[in-house]
Amino acid sequence: MQLIFRFIAGGLIVSVFAALGGILKPKSFAGLFGSAPSVALATLALTILANGKLYAARETRSMIAGAIALWLYARVTIWLIMRFNLRAALASASAIAAWLICAIGAWLLVLR
Amino acid sequence: MAVHLDLPALAKTRWYEYALRFLFGGAITVLTGILAKRYGPVFGGLFLAFPAIFPASATLIDKHEREKKQNAGIPHTIRGRQAAALDARGAAEGSIALVFFALFVWKLAPVWNAAVTLFAALFVWFALAVLIWRIRKHLRLKSL
Repeated sequence: MQLIFRFIAGGLIVSVFAALGGILKPKSFAGLFGSAPSVALATLALTILANGKLYAARETRSMIAGAIALWLYARVTIWLIMRFNLRAALASASAIAAWLICAIGAWLLVLR
Repeated sequence: MAVHLDLPALAKTRWYEYALRFLFGGAITVLTGILAKRYGPVFGGLFLAFPAIFPASATLIDKHEREKKQNAGIPHTIRGRQAAALDARGAAEGSIALVFFALFVWKLAPVWNAAVTLFAALFVWFALAVLIWRIRKHLRLKSL
């Protein structure tokens, strides 16, 4: 039941931020919403209710590393599009490898 | 170009494109919860900044821009890719603000009211993201 609630809350918040990003112009400004804290808001609200504030605070400490990985992800996506002329779908999907390497690397080296 | 709303763009997005974003957003939120439960909050927390919206948004921007050019009789164009790259630049700027969102919640969630902390952190993210975007725009104009 909690997973269904989590799914609906996450889907709704991500959809709202995505819709905002879709109607704002210019595109570089709309792009800010590509890194909006949508998943974080849904997850943290539910985590605080279920596990308490200290548990949520521990999650957000790791989120700092995740956000740095997100910066790297966006830069790698730009590089793949501009350097190799890749379609956005392929570039943005491939760049997830950069996010995983950076985020899990930070977890192994610093956070664990 | 000044920041403005392009409301007709809402109608250009098809129902399955909204559904895709909903499914992806819901799935990532569930995955984050499962990972935190299985491996602990330190590992699960990384996924709070997973690129959940970006791949779908960039793909749609690329597709819509290409369709626009094709409808205007231009079959081959790099406009879609350029628009997606611009979107990614905005996401990179927003991710710097996201670091401060996380820092804010990490430090203040244990002592503040939870709802107030999350709303204040969202405000911090938005204000910083806009500030970074404006500084970047200002520096770019100065270098022209």
